[in-house]
Amino acid sequence: MKPAPFTYHRPRGLDEALEVLAALGEAGKVLAGGQSLVPLMSMRLSAPAHLVDVNHVPGLATVHVDEHVVRIGALARHSQVEHDAAAYDALPLLRQALRHVAHPTIRNRGTTVGSLVHGDPAAELPAVLLLLDGSVTLRSAERAREVEAASFFIGPMETALRPGELAVAATFRRPATGSGTAFVEVTRRHGDYAVCGVGAVVGASSARVALLGVGPGPVLVDLPDAVRDEPLDDERVHALVEEAIDPEADIHASADYRRHLAHVLVRRALAEAHHRAPGRAA
Amino acid sequence: MTTKMFGERVPRVEDARLVTGNGRFLDDLGHDALEAGFVRSPQAHARIVDIDVTDALDVDGLVAIYTHEDLEGRMGERLPLLIPHPTLTHGRTPYALAKEEVNHVGEAVVMVVATSRYVAEDICDRVRVSYEALPAVVGVEAARAAAHLVHDDVPGNVAAVMVQRTGDADAAVDAAPHRLELDLAIERSASTPLEGKGVLARWDADDRSLLVHTSTQTSTSVRQAIAAKLDLPVDRVEVVTPDVGGGFGVKIVHPWPEEVLVPWAARRLGRPVKWTEDRREHFVSSAHERGQLHEVRVGYDDDGRLLGLSVRFWHDNGAYVPYGLIVPIITSTQLLGPYKPGVYRVEFTSLYTNTVIVTPYRGAGRPQGCFVMERVMDAIAADLGLDRTVVRERNFIRPDEMPYDQGLVFQDGRQLVYDSGDFPASLAKLKALVGWDDFEALREQARGEGRRVGIGLACYVEGTGVGPYEGGHIRVETDGTVVVSTGLTSQGQGHQTMLAQIVADELGVPFERIQVTTGDTRRFKYAVGTFASRTAVMSGSAVALTARTVRQKALSIAAQALEADVEDLEVVDGLVQVKGSGGGSTARIELGTVAVLSNPLRYAFDEAAARATQFAAPADPDTPPVGPGESPGLEGTDYYSPARSTFANGMHAVVVETDPDTAEITILRYCVVHDCGTLVNPMIVEGQIHGGVAQGVGGALYERMEYAPDGQLVNASFMDFLMPYATEVPTIEIDHLVTPSPLNPLGVKGAGEAGVIPGSAAIASAIEDAEGITITSMPISPSQLFELRRAREGRP
Repeated sequence: MKPAPFTYHRPRGLDEALEVLAALGEAGKVLAGGQSLVPLMSMRLSAPAHLVDVNHVPGLATVHVDEHVVRIGALARHSQVEHDAAAYDALPLLRQALRHVAHPTIRNRGTTVGSLVHGDPAAELPAVLLLLDGSVTLRSAERAREVEAASFFIGPMETALRPGELAVAATFRRPATGSGTAFVEVTRRHGDYAVCGVGAVVGASSARVALLGVGPGPVLVDLPDAVRDEPLDDERVHALVEEAIDPEADIHASADYRRHLAHVLVRRALAEAHHRAPGRAA
Repeated sequence: MTTKMFGERVPRVEDARLVTGNGRFLDDLGHDALEAGFVRSPQAHARIVDIDVTDALDVDGLVAIYTHEDLEGRMGERLPLLIPHPTLTHGRTPYALAKEEVNHVGEAVVMVVATSRYVAEDICDRVRVSYEALPAVVGVEAARAAAHLVHDDVPGNVAAVMVQRTGDADAAVDAAPHRLELDLAIERSASTPLEGKGVLARWDADDRSLLVHTSTQTSTSVRQAIAAKLDLPVDRVEVVTPDVGGGFGVKIVHPWPEEVLVPWAARRLGRPVKWTEDRREHFVSSAHERGQLHEVRVGYDDDGRLLGLSVRFWHDNGAYVPYGLIVPIITSTQLLGPYKPGVYRVEFTSLYTNTVIVTPYRGAGRPQGCFVMERVMDAIAADLGLDRTVVRERNFIRPDEMPYDQGLVFQDGRQLVYDSGDFPASLAKLKALVGWDDFEALREQARGEGRRVGIGLACYVEGTGVGPYEGGHIRVETDGTVVVSTGLTSQGQGHQTMLAQIVADELGVPFERIQVTTGDTRRFKYAVGTFASRTAVMSGSAVALTARTVRQKALSIAAQALEADVEDLEVVDGLVQVKGSGGGSTARIELGTVAVLSNPLRYAFDEAAARATQFAAPADPDTPPVGPGESPGLEGTDYYSPARSTFANGMHAVVVETDPDTAEITILRYCVVHDCGTLVNPMIVEGQIHGGVAQGVGGALYERMEYAPDGQLVNASFMDFLMPYATEVPTIEIDHLVTPSPLNPLGVKGAGEAGVIPGSAAIASAIEDAEGITITSMPISPSQLFELRRAREGRP
């Protein structure tokens, strides 16, 4: 469990990082928190010839909050985002989801943007980005582009990031005022990838959920009939979720169990989000 | 008065060093050494057709590549069958490097030595081994069916069939007024110490000697094994254990292939060589345990008393059996627990499969046996509508029946005789601790809140302190330091503390002056090893006996110096003094001074030594300075060798909650009543229980070895092999009962494995109670509980 040989690059600025990445093309791999990449390299499941360590690029460890969005810079660690008071006030769902990401020691190093770029179908943050109609800002030596979540996640461990590009930020859109959010999971152990997980946003006239572990990637389900001040139409929700998911068995759970959990957790997440919507009785 | 240490909660002297990162584990040593890597079989069963190293030869840093063809003499022969048994008719062991055939994924095929482990792995990636695949035998059912054979010359894949009986059990079952039959299964798990194995070998060409450091549970046996394999005089080999980051059984097996290959390569290359096992290697090339299927027939009377018990089980021993039949022998004997089984018959079949070998893992066959017996107890209670504790109580061996002979032969070849224990008292303590009689009220309250809870219990008896012997050496240095050595090894249990407590009281010296060394053959050459919960019993008794000898020697030397009678002297706080003289008397002498006087000298090298030189000490000029039967130095060696094992016992009760929707299983309370005889250090015993319970919880709810039908271990990482985190381990409530062992001078019994044994049994009992679904297989996951619920509802 030692990585194959690689060349290590440590750019000191964004332009330098982008130049290095441009020169390396497909041979270059960005190292930020390294919490997924380094184990993969140690097991030689990933063997990039060049590692571009962006940890010394200034200006990327940012959490920006305004009236519309929370924008997370490439080097903001999960724990930084999790504990950012302004980000929590603006978008509680981020903290609600981040608490399910592995363990504090991993969240101290792992980056939120890195998790999105890694594109693990069982990870929490891709689901949150989808749920909030977020986007990822990609920079290369030539240009910058903004990719919507729906087109960013292409498949398991596959995203729209191209060789030579660096994901410099992720933008999470704040839901409409008066919305409530929740993130619930069933894991085998605390901090494990979810057997099934559900994030929910319930607004005045809309509701949607994003599910983990029941498809090749996060599954977004809009529930237009589930209105905030009305009791949810359980049968309608069940039917919409049932139609969207396609769980598979693995060593931790049968497909039927995952399907069952999806419905249970959707109910729980919606109820919790509904309960948390401002203006409702505690 | 010396502060009493025995029985006290003395903080572990090891901890400051270990928890501040100052431990010295195998991989902390040998930075000057070459490093080894291994090409391991990716196939479960295959013939090796060709090994091509062409692509590997131009890697910078390559030192050597070895295959079986390079292994000369006894190195090329199979590794030893460590524990032969008459019923082990088809014992097969591996080669250090595979010869012609591989029998499990992970078996070592090629050894690479390079300037670093990184380079070694680069080279391993470039070695091309061609295999001709053979059908893989995976799982007990496939092994029993024997459509394919693991070893061509082992018919039916059967390594051994063994029967023990106290009479015609099946007739007793048939004649009983009530009968039940149960099929019960336990899956594979493994020791998984956080530090894997590791070996560092240094060959001294001038001295023609080897110094080997290895992460083992038995340095003395590794020494013998290396000497035998490398054709060296034993005298030319020394084996030292550095700090060892856990063993739990897997490191008692020896020699591991790497334990002979690394020293062999070091001698051949004339340079130090090191190998540090990584996690993936540990999963696929060390050892697993627990996988067994059991068929039980039991007959009992109207009160639930056992009349006959007939058990057949099939034990998956993996690809080879270097450690013999110890695990199934323990299951077959220790299954009986604290009960009288009526007429008993047990038969096991030990089967080869194309999987990692099976050797003892903490508990060593007892968790399976306990699961079987306790499932039987719960089934009888359910059948007769009796409280589960009542059925157990009625079947207990009574205290006045001790010592109790179960009429079987145990793993040490000796009769299975329980030396002491008070099972009714233990059960009474457990019921009080967990609040057994009040549980129905809690259940009702939970039900009212829409919650589902259940309670379960399990009892076990554990043979501990297995022989044949251990020894101790104690020397008092001239500065008063007491140096204690025992040959068995430590893996973090707190042996240095526990043994020093014993010596402090026996010798009469301050605890702080005692230094304990374990597992270093340069210090102590005769030992067996650390396994079977035996250190306190074996080495504890040995150092106690040794301390008494040394104390006697100190008294007789001091008696001469003080011109007093030995009978009038005592040793207190490192001083020999006249009894009752208190601190004021001049008639006292430090043990360090006694040590000086014990060694008559010609030459003085310091002030203390000068007191023992020939013109300093008043001595009878007509007697020899060292008399017949005496020896210089205040030191002694003694051994403890019991006729039989001593039997500890315990009972666990568990309260679980099962989520009615998600089928998640949460342990709400975990209560332990434990009887290991006299306690040397209750804090260390409780620490052992905590660790054992953690592994019991792992085995009950999380851990399994997920073999694909082709023999690939698909969860060979800590990401997918779910060892419980601290967050999964409940708060553990402990009460002790003390029934001293009559077999050893300290009255102690072993405690190392206790916590793990009843985990699956107690948790299964609690889940069954919560759900009303019969649990016949462990571990159990939420997904499996969900499927059991659906099956009960009659849904597919």
